[in-house]
Amino acid sequence: MGAHSVNGHAAAPGQRPESLHAVAQDWMQRLEESFDVWFGATANPWRHLGALGFLFFWLIAATGMYLYAFFDTSVQGAYASVQYMTQQQWWLGGLMRSLHRYASDAFMLVIVLHLLRELIYRRYFGFRWFTWVTGVPLLWLALFAGIGGFWLVWDELAQFSAVATLEWFDWLNAFGEPLARNFLYSDSVDDRFFSLLVFLHIGLPLFLLLGMWVHIQRLTRPDTRPALKLGWGATLALLALSLVHPVESHAPANLAQVPQALAFDWFYLAPNALVYVWSPATVWLFAGGVTLLLLVCPLLPHPRPAPVAQVDPANCNGCARCFADCPYAAVTMAPHPDKRLGARIAVVEPSLCASCGICAGACPSSTPFRSIAELVSGIDMPQLPIGQLRSRLKAQLARLKGEVRIVVFGCDEGADVRALQAADTAAVSLLCAGQLPPAFVEYALRSGAQGVLIAACPDGGCEYRLGTRLTLERMQGVREPHLRRTVAPAEWRLVPAGRHDLARLRQELDAFRVALRARTRPARDLARQEAADA
Amino acid sequence: MRKALSVVGQVVLYALFALTIGVFSYHPRYRHLPPEQALLKLSFSHPGQLVAQCRRRTPEELAALPPNMRNPMDCPRERSPVTVQLALDGSVLARREIPPAGLSRDGPSTVYARFPVPAGSHRLSVQLNDSVREPALNYTRDEDLDIRPGQIVVVDFNPERGGIVIQ
Repeated sequence: MGAHSVNGHAAAPGQRPESLHAVAQDWMQRLEESFDVWFGATANPWRHLGALGFLFFWLIAATGMYLYAFFDTSVQGAYASVQYMTQQQWWLGGLMRSLHRYASDAFMLVIVLHLLRELIYRRYFGFRWFTWVTGVPLLWLALFAGIGGFWLVWDELAQFSAVATLEWFDWLNAFGEPLARNFLYSDSVDDRFFSLLVFLHIGLPLFLLLGMWVHIQRLTRPDTRPALKLGWGATLALLALSLVHPVESHAPANLAQVPQALAFDWFYLAPNALVYVWSPATVWLFAGGVTLLLLVCPLLPHPRPAPVAQVDPANCNGCARCFADCPYAAVTMAPHPDKRLGARIAVVEPSLCASCGICAGACPSSTPFRSIAELVSGIDMPQLPIGQLRSRLKAQLARLKGEVRIVVFGCDEGADVRALQAADTAAVSLLCAGQLPPAFVEYALRSGAQGVLIAACPDGGCEYRLGTRLTLERMQGVREPHLRRTVAPAEWRLVPAGRHDLARLRQELDAFRVALRARTRPARDLARQEAADA
Repeated sequence: MRKALSVVGQVVLYALFALTIGVFSYHPRYRHLPPEQALLKLSFSHPGQLVAQCRRRTPEELAALPPNMRNPMDCPRERSPVTVQLALDGSVLARREIPPAGLSRDGPSTVYARFPVPAGSHRLSVQLNDSVREPALNYTRDEDLDIRPGQIVVVDFNPERGGIVIQ
């Protein structure tokens, strides 16, 4: 593993990060790993920002439905109906309003953080370009869907935001009359305006949902539902905030008066303030420039793509396990050109392939027990074929000495397992933990190892999304290809280990060795006893 | 013990998350105008006069036209730009010439501009010209105003309401 991997990961521990970008990646990983200590990887919010975004969206939708039932779409009624919910019905309506607002703020926060995180990890080019490009417009949709919500209250904040937004749009000179003229006099605003607003405030989020659906189209098993613990934690935090600091309205809108000091929601209304701090043109230039820059990110110079998975027709039996496991839907099934009618073959779409090797790990022909001269898998990675992996493992096993011999399989994107190599420890690094066919674990155990430790990236921290989860499912026997039941659970361990978790991984390895020693000693003592008796 | 610590850590971090949302949902407060200022808005949408009067076509001109297009009157579509000047206490705040909209320059001249002004007593003078055939600013209005802090004064133009409207 070089200082800079194919997918642009940061320098490995001990090596000097080579750029500001690498430093940012390094810090991001450290931040995520520090949260693992408290939350565990599965419930670590940094690792599941997208899933949190979905959770907040549904929370906004559910609370919004309740609010809509009580909202009056008229000039006189809009403010009064919101006040009714806030004050008379504070125990539910007020709570729903607060939750609706705070969940919206949280939604904006997590989607911006999600974007920054992916940007830092350089997850925007190659096979990821579609997911990246379809994600960028969602920011705009979320922003305008949120801003419209503030207008519905029709208080001073709504008045300011409405005028500021329309003055911002008027700079474009794309409308017959300046839109802001609609807010010149108090009697300019009529009931139909609120009907239109409600229509927009429901319509834009529906478009946003459609956009979110498109955004995850190229992902297999997208992370749209946070772990129960994380989901409840985030929801309860917002609920507590709603109870401690319920959302209140400002004074009713008065178009003859400039709103004074406003309790400002910076998550959505920052562009409104910037229109006056800078100028409408500058805000357009800034927002448009940032959007354009984000959209062209996939075209910027980036590392050369790694070789993609290759199918060997003679060894592919059309089982479709690689098709089921590919995290980016790069594998499809097609009629097999050489076999009987009805037989299928895996076909790799190179532009979608992440070069992770998860497909090779899923292939039933990737078993080291096959007694052919050259081990060739049905689907394989040219940079680390299964045959080469078996040779490496064999060589490592041959040199192992000691009472308890352990093989450690690691991942190029996680903790560098090669640092654990010792006289009694073999270390083999894979493209991704998901590249490991479970049969290799059994092979290592049958070839002299007492235990196998798999160091996979923490859940949600896998560079290829599903590597850790799929490996665990295969090892637990709930996914094909599964580890045979002849292997005792005590003989293997899967340890989540990020790039900076080497010290912890070493501790886990020591603990595993102690457990294996305790397990093997009684059997050995018994054998010695039997030998002595004989 | 370790689990209890982890729970405490999570509670603290969730509280920090809620605090971040709570704080930036309200703070820092935003003040659009300094306390002693008011806002003057100049805005109208008014089609200027036609740049030239309609004229009757000569029989020769009519004969030269296709039979279905022999309209005896020739009316130009182009409208005059609207020129407006805004002065507060004798000093000019803005003078603008607003062109008519449309490719044929036959639409209304529209403007929307805002001027923060100090609150207090002021004399506001508005002059406007909507015809290139008129040499001077053909609409004028002067008004003494006592503007409260934060008040929005709108300067509009509506010929049906007597021309320049200050509200």
